[in-house]
Amino acid sequence: MSMLALLARELRLSLRHGTDTVAALLFFLVAAALFPLAIGPAPETLGRLAPGIVWVCALLAALLPLERLFGADYEDGSLDQLLLCGLPAGAVAAVKAAAHWLVTGLPLLLAAAPIALMLRLKAELLPVLLAGLLPGTLVLSLLGTAGAAIVLGARRGGVLLPLLVLPLAMPVLIFGAGAVEAAATGLSPRPHLLLLAAVMALALPLCPLAAGAAIRAAAE
Amino acid sequence: MGSGAIPQPAEPPLLVGAGLAAFRGERLVFRDVALSLEAGGALLLVGPNGSCKSTLLRLLAGLVRPAAGTLLWRGEDALADLAGHATRLAYLGHQDAVKPGLGVAENLRSLAQAGAGGRDVGAALAALGLGRLASLPARMLSAGQRRRLALARLALSAAPLWLLDEPTLGLDDASVALLGTLLARHRERGGAVVAATHLALPLAGAATLALA
Repeated sequence: MSMLALLARELRLSLRHGTDTVAALLFFLVAAALFPLAIGPAPETLGRLAPGIVWVCALLAALLPLERLFGADYEDGSLDQLLLCGLPAGAVAAVKAAAHWLVTGLPLLLAAAPIALMLRLKAELLPVLLAGLLPGTLVLSLLGTAGAAIVLGARRGGVLLPLLVLPLAMPVLIFGAGAVEAAATGLSPRPHLLLLAAVMALALPLCPLAAGAAIRAAAE
Repeated sequence: MGSGAIPQPAEPPLLVGAGLAAFRGERLVFRDVALSLEAGGALLLVGPNGSCKSTLLRLLAGLVRPAAGTLLWRGEDALADLAGHATRLAYLGHQDAVKPGLGVAENLRSLAQAGAGGRDVGAALAALGLGRLASLPARMLSAGQRRRLALARLALSAAPLWLLDEPTLGLDDASVALLGTLLARHRERGGAVVAATHLALPLAGAATLALA
């Protein structure tokens, strides 16, 4: 079975049980909409906080579908079949991460622009925010996949998962929000974006390997 | 414990295990298990509940790492390349791995191995008497029909080694007969079968391996 065929299976399953994407997007929207209510609608205050709000809400929204990422396959025996599909376990995990990004990360990225504008982010800062969110959501998918694989088979895995993934996601948050902050004060966002890209370059090979080892261990 | 003599160099048997042992958690569940399987051969794993027949099957599939012992495929270490070993076998677990959201035929297609790409999904479904249900969502299937769908995955597979965990669970007599035909055809083509079971299986001339 090729990785593309496996990705097609994952996407078909996500579309068929399509509530995960919608739930993550609605969570993103509702959580972001709480901030103007809590801190007041003054454009200066809100606009300054907007990048941080968008980043934190996107991070939390990306966590929502993670528990089912391997959980559903683990419960119905499909995980054994995936491990026996002829691909290395790391490749199976890489496909899962790609599927998570396509059905959750990418929609969150697309929804981030209108939500940032709703929070009065200055329009000229929007490209920097999105340029950070592109590698950022990819890293979140990769870290999340590794986390989801590691808590597989654990009792209360759903509670463990954010505790495991959120600390690892902190660098992404710092550089991502830092890029917009730098651009807002007239500095170049380039170093922050490059550091984000470096984190992605690190996560791209390591997370699937870790996730692959974890699903093999869970299947035993 | 061994079943069948091990022939020397000329033609190494399909699968040979020697001194196999496995842990389940902290407990050593079996040790010194030896088995040998020729092309066209069949091996029944029998034993009381909890004798870890499933663990041995999963070990043969490469899903569980052996604590000791060797497993040879045609004379070479079978577990050195797990992904490669996986393409040589079809595994039927005690769970059916059926996705309720997909259609019956879709379920079959979505997990088909690359080697089985050219084979006909329709023919595989027909072999288990599911031909008329092909376009139905899998959530409509009964437990026995879901089991037959999991068995249809075997009919689609071109792998020489079939590992079956309680294949007749929930099947009616007619379906057991269909399974018998499937197994016989697989063995005629030179395939081998290892099955863990409590019930009588339609496997003529199968060797038996008893686990305590």
